[in-house]
Amino acid sequence: MRWLVRTLASVVPVVVGVVLGVFFLLRIVPGDPAQMILGDQATTASIEELRSRLGLDLPLSQQFAAFLAGIVSNGDLGRSLVTDQPVSALIGERVGITLALVALALVFTVLLAVPLALAAAVNRDGPVDHVVRALPAVGMAMPAFWIGLLLVLVFGLGLRWFPVGGIGSGPGEPLRSLVLPALTVALGMSPPLVRSLREQLVEVLDADFVATARAAGLPARRVLGVHVLRNAAVPTLALLGVNVAYLIGGTLVVEKVFAINGMGALLFSAVSTRDFPVVQGIALFCALAVVVVSLATDLLVGVLDPRLRR
Amino acid sequence: MRRPPALVAGAVMVGIVVAVALLGPLVVPHDPFLQDLSGGLQPPSATHWFGTDQLGRDIFSRVVVATRTDLRIAVLAATAPFVVGVGVGLVSGYAGGYLDWLVSRVVDTVIAFPFYVLVIAIVFAAGTGERGILIAYAIVGWIPYARVIRARTRALTRQGWVDAARGGGLSHPRVLVVHLLPNVIGQAVVLLMTEILLIMVAVVTLGYLGLGVQPPTPDWGTMISDGQPFLATMWWIPTLPGLAVVFTGIGLSLLGDGLADRWRLR
Repeated sequence: MRWLVRTLASVVPVVVGVVLGVFFLLRIVPGDPAQMILGDQATTASIEELRSRLGLDLPLSQQFAAFLAGIVSNGDLGRSLVTDQPVSALIGERVGITLALVALALVFTVLLAVPLALAAAVNRDGPVDHVVRALPAVGMAMPAFWIGLLLVLVFGLGLRWFPVGGIGSGPGEPLRSLVLPALTVALGMSPPLVRSLREQLVEVLDADFVATARAAGLPARRVLGVHVLRNAAVPTLALLGVNVAYLIGGTLVVEKVFAINGMGALLFSAVSTRDFPVVQGIALFCALAVVVVSLATDLLVGVLDPRLRR
Repeated sequence: MRRPPALVAGAVMVGIVVAVALLGPLVVPHDPFLQDLSGGLQPPSATHWFGTDQLGRDIFSRVVVATRTDLRIAVLAATAPFVVGVGVGLVSGYAGGYLDWLVSRVVDTVIAFPFYVLVIAIVFAAGTGERGILIAYAIVGWIPYARVIRARTRALTRQGWVDAARGGGLSHPRVLVVHLLPNVIGQAVVLLMTEILLIMVAVVTLGYLGLGVQPPTPDWGTMISDGQPFLATMWWIPTLPGLAVVFTGIGLSLLGDGLADRWRLR
């Protein structure tokens, strides 16, 4: 119970920090947002007009109060400067496809990372183990968007197994369109995960209960499949929770490669049209999503394995 | 002393990249800015090793010249965060208490943002190009050092010799700079290699998104995004510049791993 309260309470400073961070970051950085939105050719009058429309002429404290009141009362993140739609509605329209991509990427990550880590941990210093230990060095050096292009080249244009971009319509097509983008994100995310997971598995394999199970004559397959994997599952979950920020950020970039109209596309178009409230809203939404998912994994990990409670 | 193979390989690869960055622009076979609209989109040949782009510019020469741009930004952007992060980590790990709590909360907050979302938001506010990237990194880049150095400093501070040094009459600054710093700096240098790599990948990614180095300055990321429409017919245009990123990145990774082995930090 104390653990539950402590875990929940630990989120409060981070949420406060995120809200403060998003608000002030976009305002203290050198440059006036109104000037930035309108560009170099803007007249002083039009800049003043936009400043008052955005509330930028008010003292910073009043601006912050209004910003906070909007979020807390009804999730109001302001309106787009370009389309005048509420930012929350714009995010709502796009979040579905991005979430689908994140979910599929997560599935692929687990499918890639767990067998590889297991193979490496079982045959320590074997060929697979050497590859796994070298993977993070190679993985970090490859920009996700470039991996995506290579996958398009081989599996989209070459073998024609999957569409090269956009989201297809028809039965099963949307899922097929998400395979290559999700695989791209998963390939970017797996290498460091495989290495950490291998270390967890090595620890479990060296544990006394594994030796006991073996000595008791349980078949190797059963020891691995039931006892080792079950004990490694919770640390894997914790590792995925730690990497969720990377997962979301990577997904947004990969959307661009495959012309997927999700949150990433919304962010990039908002940046190019200087749509200040949309950029601010997406930054806030993504950070809060990370906080919520991390909290959820922390709680789940703590419930599944009380030894890992922090 | 034993030289880990990763250290040798990494040092050689990084050495090659640095040499290319310094000397490359002087010896490239073609002018990287020279357009030749009638000679555009040529396949790789003896004259144009990587072929030519849609404006007829020599891709190999542009990849070589981009090394200087991208590496320079990565190294510049990594410098200030290294100094600030090591300082913050040392002081907060040593002092503990309220300051340490505050630093840890700031670290938690920055980590909550997906890296690219935060960097893109800052670049949006501060302006695209080199300046925006440097500002973005000044704001977020110190976090990994602060985390690692704080943890290590805390562990060291709990060992008796820090108390002994204090009891012997040494001042706080002296203990921090003369005694603690040399014990954590190796870890920070190892991390610096990873950070330069991550910044380089970020610079290239921002370039790909159109938010980084602005044309016509050659940059690996913009070359890849400019070449993407030709992926189906001329695959070498968008893929070959990526190899430069991968080569540089693997070199930096190996160098970091090798240093960690050499200094027995793992």
